Amino acid sequence: MSTIPADALALKSHDSHDAHHGADHKPGFFARWFMSTNHKDIGTLYLIFAIVAGIIGGAISGVMRAELAEPGIQILTGAWPLGAGTANFDEALHHWNVLITAHGLIMVFFMVMPAMIGGFGNWFVPLMIGAPDMAFPRMNNISFWLLVPAFMLLLGSAFVSGGTGLGAGVGWTVYAPLSTSGSQGPAVDMAIFSLHLAGASSILGAINFITTIFNMRAPGMTLHKMPLFVWSILVTVFLLLLAMPVLAGAITMLLTDRNFGTTFFDASGGGDPVLYQHLFWFFGHPEVYIMIIPGFGIVSQVIATFSRKPVFGYLGMAYAMVAIGVVGFVVWAHHMFTIGMDVNTKMYFTAATMIIAVPTGVKIFSWIATMWGGSISFETPMLWAIGFIFLFTVGGVTGVVLANGGVDNYMHDTYYVVAHFHYVLSLGAVFGLFAGFYYWFGKMSGRMYNELLGKVHFFIMFIGVNLIFFPQHFLGLDAMPRRVPDYTPAHAYWNNISTIGYMVMAVGMVVFFVNLFWSLAKGPKAPDNYWGEGATTLEWTLSSPPPFHQFETLPKID
Amino acid sequence: MKLMRWAIALTAIGLTPVTVGAQTPTAAAPQAAATPTAAAPAPAEIAAPGAAPVSAPAPAPAIQFAAPTPGIGIPDGRKGIQDQVTEIGRDAAAFHNGPLLWMCALISVFVLALLGFTMVKYRRGAHPVPSRTTHNTFIEVIWTVVPVLILVAIAIPSIRLISKQYSPPPADVTVKVIGNQWYWTYQYPDHGGFEIISNMLREPGEVPAGQRTRTDADGPKLLAADERLVIPVGKVVKFIITSADVIHAFSVPAFWTKMDASPGRLNETWVKVDRPGVYFGQCSELCGARHGYMPIAVEVVPEATFNAWVASKGGTPKGAAPSTEATPSTAGAGAAPVATAGSPEADRAAVAQPALNQAVETQ
Repeated sequence: MSTIPADALALKSHDSHDAHHGADHKPGFFARWFMSTNHKDIGTLYLIFAIVAGIIGGAISGVMRAELAEPGIQILTGAWPLGAGTANFDEALHHWNVLITAHGLIMVFFMVMPAMIGGFGNWFVPLMIGAPDMAFPRMNNISFWLLVPAFMLLLGSAFVSGGTGLGAGVGWTVYAPLSTSGSQGPAVDMAIFSLHLAGASSILGAINFITTIFNMRAPGMTLHKMPLFVWSILVTVFLLLLAMPVLAGAITMLLTDRNFGTTFFDASGGGDPVLYQHLFWFFGHPEVYIMIIPGFGIVSQVIATFSRKPVFGYLGMAYAMVAIGVVGFVVWAHHMFTIGMDVNTKMYFTAATMIIAVPTGVKIFSWIATMWGGSISFETPMLWAIGFIFLFTVGGVTGVVLANGGVDNYMHDTYYVVAHFHYVLSLGAVFGLFAGFYYWFGKMSGRMYNELLGKVHFFIMFIGVNLIFFPQHFLGLDAMPRRVPDYTPAHAYWNNISTIGYMVMAVGMVVFFVNLFWSLAKGPKAPDNYWGEGATTLEWTLSSPPPFHQFETLPKID
Repeated sequence: MKLMRWAIALTAIGLTPVTVGAQTPTAAAPQAAATPTAAAPAPAEIAAPGAAPVSAPAPAPAIQFAAPTPGIGIPDGRKGIQDQVTEIGRDAAAFHNGPLLWMCALISVFVLALLGFTMVKYRRGAHPVPSRTTHNTFIEVIWTVVPVLILVAIAIPSIRLISKQYSPPPADVTVKVIGNQWYWTYQYPDHGGFEIISNMLREPGEVPAGQRTRTDADGPKLLAADERLVIPVGKVVKFIITSADVIHAFSVPAFWTKMDASPGRLNETWVKVDRPGVYFGQCSELCGARHGYMPIAVEVVPEATFNAWVASKGGTPKGAAPSTEATPSTAGAGAAPVATAGSPEADRAAVAQPALNQAVETQ
């Protein structure tokens, strides 16, 4: 982690001087927002996009929880207007599969990834390394704008035929042959194209970040002086670079199986459905680390700032992320324990998966050790970060349970898995996102958020998401399967509690949006460093918001 | 006529092999759905003790099917794993409920306690000056090595469990399980290759009058099936699992069994159930619209009952004694099912798919 350069004050005044002379000269509205080459504006675009997608993905999960609130089918055959029509029960059931698919794809590809990498990565990596912008500013813009048609394609797929009804009802995993011979019609093809575009967006972004971080650090900022958030983005984009092309290959093979007569995943033509699963999960497992590792970086920055102490064990933290990324490439088949794999393969993947718990544990304990001996204040970002540490641990230990192949036979495809990954995602990654959002809100917008509303949002969300997902462990152990719109009445109690949790969470989200819009409109002006001595990274040496162009003279790091 | 069928059935139980001609029409029941005039035959088979067959053409019951026992083989809203009825399942559940669950709980509580302690002791009001400590090699070694030791302690029984799961004793019975959209087919290659088609039973009011509906003795809602997969208790049953269309998964939680049914692939798993009863599971791989509507119902019965049931379905006894390696019996000719008039195989050939599966009912 770098220290503030000794001549920071001089730098700052130098920048303000520049501000009068064009460093803050912004293009006109259309050029600025639709043809941007500014990493901060592109970061803002990504964050707005992620919020909109998150609202849509979250609304879909609200419909899902509403359906699952009670046994029986209520919503799917009710006056649900989105495409399916209710004349046909099978179409209504297909619509359930479309909802769960859309929820997964939207939250993964259009909410978490854009917010973490496109949003906070773009905003703060150049600032933290003392760079004026990304290495390829215009390609940065392409990465963002590729997401717009990608999202349109996915949403559009819900309105065209996809098999037993409208839309792609194949799960975010898109397994063949359900997604090939099992889904006639253009919906799955549109979903595949959507993923092609989103994947291209990510790969281009990865190239941009790797080049930027390797080549554009300010003089004196060695790799081992970079903030941990920058390390987290570096590891994440290497995972993206290596994993995304495999997804691209897998879904292109789906496309040709569907449309051009190939049989990659069709046994009758010499292919194998299990091949698709290997290809998908070879991407899919690094993908989940892609979603969480930037969250690790954000938590490191927040914990250090509010403990007023540097992160404990910097090298351990940086290389733990590297280790998680590397080992994350060789554990994919723990998502496939029930495909009928041979005994040695099952044993290997059990053992390899368990290994990842070690660097992850190093991080959890290092964060606590950062707080230990510090001087801790509990502003909203810190609440989210502390919540992350505990709840990610809970999600992580159920992951260790699932890692055991012989045990996973019982839990696979039950709500136990749903509970596990929502703990690490909705209570891990999303808590990390909120921590970053509240931490950097003033820096990005120039206005302070309302602290009371922020805390209220945290506490209501905390209760809400735990109510949603903790009972799902029980449902899974009592053998409720995943991806079903209805359940045997014995499962009614915990499903009902889970839906109540959703409603609590929704109230929390209303508080968040009230805070967001009120603060943007009327929040007090944010100073350069509104967190005090604990905030030691370079973005806090700049104004809030920073000038349109910063570090045109590179800072010197000691 | 009915009396004669009773006499034949009773004779068949546990005694001489029964010829195909003596099979009751119940075996044709799943295919009979194509002819909706066939009255629901199955209720006669269900063990409502003392209940007479409901409809006139219903055949005499070949075996008594068990009603589900609360808390065994069915979900009951509990917070933990279902009761296990196989040794593998008991080992696995004990491994989960012991070492794994305690590991989860202790680590979570430990982290929570550390966080809580730190938050209180080092809050700004109580500790205004932060230390600058960023290293402590000893503790870093501890929190690397101790998790490794915990993981090794977990891995040893875990690997042993996998090894045990992959070491089946020689199979007494082999059943072929085929997933379809959206029902299960069970074939008994050792017993002449007869086939059972198992559909979810629907609620009264959801199907036209005359079709069989679910009763509580059949099983809970969304779990009850019209035909159960019947296997003998205490015997090693090998399942060969595949699919006719998309990927499904055959799952019986009370057996700790789950195996994907993949088209073009034969997956093998095995069970040895030590308690008779009925055990339910559900399809466990997204397979289309009715993924949540294709349950698995397994009836585990004493060997004699199993043999009677096999006979009632038109099967033949296994060629060799039940305790030997599962080779196709000479009478059965494991691969090609015998297709005689009125037999399930012929009916199945005549009807591509039972209409019940494809019937689209409005709520």
